[in-house]
Amino acid sequence: MSSTNSKAPNVEIKYTQIFINNEWHKATAGKTFQVINPSTGEEICQVEEGTRVDVDKAVQAARKAFDIDSPWRKLEPVARGNLMRKLASLLRRDIEYLSKLETLNNGKSVQDSKGDIFFSADCLDYYAGWVDKMVGETIPGAQDQMIYTRHEPIGVCGQIIPWNYPILMMSWKLGPALACGNVIILKPAEQTPLTALYVASLCKEAGFPPGVVNVIPGDGPECGNAISVHQDIDKVAFTGSVEVGKKVQEAAAKSNLKRVSLELGGKSPLIICEDADLDHAVKLAHRAIFGNAAQRCTAASRTFVHSKIYDEFVARSIELAKKRVVGDPFDSSTEQGPQITAEQFERILGYIESGKKDGAKLECGGERVGKKGYFIKPTVFTNVKDDMKIAREEIFGPVMSILKFDSYEEVIKRANNTTFGLAASVVTKDLTRALTFAQRLQAGSVWVNDYDAVCNQAPFGGYKQSGHGRELGRYGLEEYYEVKTVVIKLI
Amino acid sequence: MLSKLVTRQVFNHGLRLTKRAASTAAQQKLVGDRNPQVNYRKLFINNEFVDAIAGNVFEVLNPATGDVIAEVADASEKDVDKAVKACKDAFRLGSEWRRMDPAARGDLLYKLADLFERDRAYLAALETVNNGKPFKDSYNIDIPHCIAVLRYYAGWPDKMNGKVLPISGDFFAYTRREPVGIVGQIIPWNFPLILLCWKIGPSVATGCTTVVKLDEHTPLTGLYVGKLIQEAGFPPGVINILSGDGPHCGASIVKHPDVNKIAFTGSTQVGKIIGGEAAKMVKRTTLELGGKSPNIVFADCNLDTAVEMSHFALFFNQGQCCCAGSRTYVEEKIYDEFVQRSVERAKRRKVGDPFDENTEQGPQISHEQMDKILDLIESGRRAGAKLLVGGQREGDKGFFVQPTVFSDVRDNHRIAREEIFGPVMQILKFKTIDEVIERANDTEYGLAASVFTNDLDKGIVVSNGLRAGSVWVNTYDNFDPVAPFGGFKQSGLGREKSEYSLDSYTEAKCVTMKISQRNS
Repeated sequence: MSSTNSKAPNVEIKYTQIFINNEWHKATAGKTFQVINPSTGEEICQVEEGTRVDVDKAVQAARKAFDIDSPWRKLEPVARGNLMRKLASLLRRDIEYLSKLETLNNGKSVQDSKGDIFFSADCLDYYAGWVDKMVGETIPGAQDQMIYTRHEPIGVCGQIIPWNYPILMMSWKLGPALACGNVIILKPAEQTPLTALYVASLCKEAGFPPGVVNVIPGDGPECGNAISVHQDIDKVAFTGSVEVGKKVQEAAAKSNLKRVSLELGGKSPLIICEDADLDHAVKLAHRAIFGNAAQRCTAASRTFVHSKIYDEFVARSIELAKKRVVGDPFDSSTEQGPQITAEQFERILGYIESGKKDGAKLECGGERVGKKGYFIKPTVFTNVKDDMKIAREEIFGPVMSILKFDSYEEVIKRANNTTFGLAASVVTKDLTRALTFAQRLQAGSVWVNDYDAVCNQAPFGGYKQSGHGRELGRYGLEEYYEVKTVVIKLI
Repeated sequence: MLSKLVTRQVFNHGLRLTKRAASTAAQQKLVGDRNPQVNYRKLFINNEFVDAIAGNVFEVLNPATGDVIAEVADASEKDVDKAVKACKDAFRLGSEWRRMDPAARGDLLYKLADLFERDRAYLAALETVNNGKPFKDSYNIDIPHCIAVLRYYAGWPDKMNGKVLPISGDFFAYTRREPVGIVGQIIPWNFPLILLCWKIGPSVATGCTTVVKLDEHTPLTGLYVGKLIQEAGFPPGVINILSGDGPHCGASIVKHPDVNKIAFTGSTQVGKIIGGEAAKMVKRTTLELGGKSPNIVFADCNLDTAVEMSHFALFFNQGQCCCAGSRTYVEEKIYDEFVQRSVERAKRRKVGDPFDENTEQGPQISHEQMDKILDLIESGRRAGAKLLVGGQREGDKGFFVQPTVFSDVRDNHRIAREEIFGPVMQILKFKTIDEVIERANDTEYGLAASVFTNDLDKGIVVSNGLRAGSVWVNTYDNFDPVAPFGGFKQSGLGREKSEYSLDSYTEAKCVTMKISQRNS
């Protein structure tokens, strides 16, 4: 186990203000808020706290930048794409600094931060390639008509992103929105605003016109809500918890029926079949739950294992969990950093308690690591039953729950028996079984013999209360344009 | 000046050069190098430059002077064999190219585009020395367009989705769009670099491997691009470039049993031969052939714009465009005024040294072409069309032809039916819409057409009626990479550029798996 005393290098904090119209502003209400290093629990810096008035300022700037005669609206698609590719190249240019800043604020390892940044740059490049490939249609109607569709940008898009992948979530939002020609007001999570503000500076450096990208740090109830209820915001995209997602959608509807897309939580099942290669399956299940300190909406938080291989699987999983290196994310031997906040930390420990109380068997972990920061030992429960809290509710912490199953019909039903539907995975060599699972599992992403097989080219999103709408891929564009049908009557 | 406006309007499809390149261009007075070094004169196979196996070479001329610029390798059947083998190796299942992530294929095209941008001035000078087009056109039009096309295709590789099908029965069915395989691409001399990019763009984007035959008049810039392909990091054998003639090199490519698809741009006459040969082996074939494109000018147009655009439509690139607006139909009411203004404009057209920044028109590509043009001009005179300006060779060095304008042209004149490929404008008179649509369509060709009018209805109805692959309204020669380009009828088969071009370079494979139970 590596030390929880931080080896954090001196990471200079360059941007702590509100970014509107390519300029830096202080908060109108004059307040700042604290940003914490989860590895130590100590303050990194203070950041200007955006409130309703700042959101309003940003909306005005964005609306002006979206005026039909504005430079942004007149820009050729290819030029838009070039700006996006420029931004991608700046992310890569500054990867050393950005990755350290991400690690300092979020607690993920530097290697993981770098991976996120490469993925983010590739996402922007991917969407940059779409700008001159999105087409409307000409439609054969009646003989004396010319009918065609235009795909137009929606307009001012509010985007509210979470703390688990700050830079990556920002790129997933910017990519399709910019590709379609929209203007953006982005609120990073209050826990992790620092890299978003730096990326804002890169947007300016890349050459995006003022008002196209605006970033307002602030909290959910004031700043996020201001976006959801704003009468002059045309769309809101939210990634976060189901609980808040419902509030966002309600506020959006009640205000001005702004379009809504939601990426919410999950309780994703990973199903290990009897013909699985055990070694491969154990390693897969391990990273499927514990990756990113288990702070992933897709975390495989219900591991269903066929009874025939259950005992061996459990033994090996416990062994692997015990070996997982938890500590300072700036230490290159670290595999798992801290949880994001004291609040999350307490919540996770609370779930662990409930697991014990409900009769699940705590095999390893189950407690804090060290005395500083929010580190939790990789925890494994066996003898988990479907109705236990740890099997039903999203924990967002390093707690693996292993459940036994006997038949495939049964496990599919149990896997689907949840209000979530974000992801699912099955490990098997059998062709028919794989395709059957793929067909029957109620999840937006189904993976076979893999986990988190997320790529820029393929859509990602939830069934049921895991959200609606898709991100990434060509499908991701559909959330960011309006279809206008034009009919010209010919005389 | 209106002519500058034309160039900008027509070719400004969004190319934004890097800040450095744009400001450099602005700062420097644009002077092309008249004697660019020719360092690449050999065949480009497997990322190497090699002599022709038989050691043969042929001469490459500067059409502005008739002088020899260089000798380059002359590929024959054995060299084609070698190149196709390189394609095959690069296309083998499990090869680096077949295993490469699609996005990485795109990155190679972005890199190649960046190298074109870096070497813009050199490429433009070499293109001008070999082809004769004015340097300011090579620099401001040809090279930027190449860069735009490469970047357009660079975005496609990871976006060519197949479909999952709503099949009946207990099946899971989907399509894959797979590369068609080894392609042979034969390009002409009028836009050497542009057409090279129109060809290698989709080939690389879809994951094919290719052997390209450059035209024997204009091999120099294409061979240099071989060096850029190497530098960009393409695996060996993915793009092979040969200099050679049609009857030996070109024919070998068309007939080669391992070549899956042929793409040819050139004359309708040769296109028919190639199509015939390829059909014997059921090779997928796309052809971009000739044209006799009608440009229809209505009385309610903006006359200044119509005159300038019509002039450009015919005279651009020394009249050597497959889609040249070579039948200018003018509505009776404005006919006299239009003719007079067109003649004035043609008189002002500056012909001469392609490196002179005032030159608008350089030489024709060859003596042979020049003779053909002069012969057709003579036929126009003999047939009774009114020669109003030009009609002769210009000077006695190089292959220059005077900007020529005929009025009172009849539909049955040779100059109104046959492709001239030179600076000879035909102006014809018309009365009604129905009449002009019928006359415009009365041709074996169908490559392009244009309409000048301010009336909404006319613009749409006439466009709908013209049997041509590209119809331009109040503009001409818009070659934006997003727009498909190709011919109706004997102007060709298939489309280049745009998403449509990908169909020619992919095969749809349908995979149908039996499963135990299908549910929706």
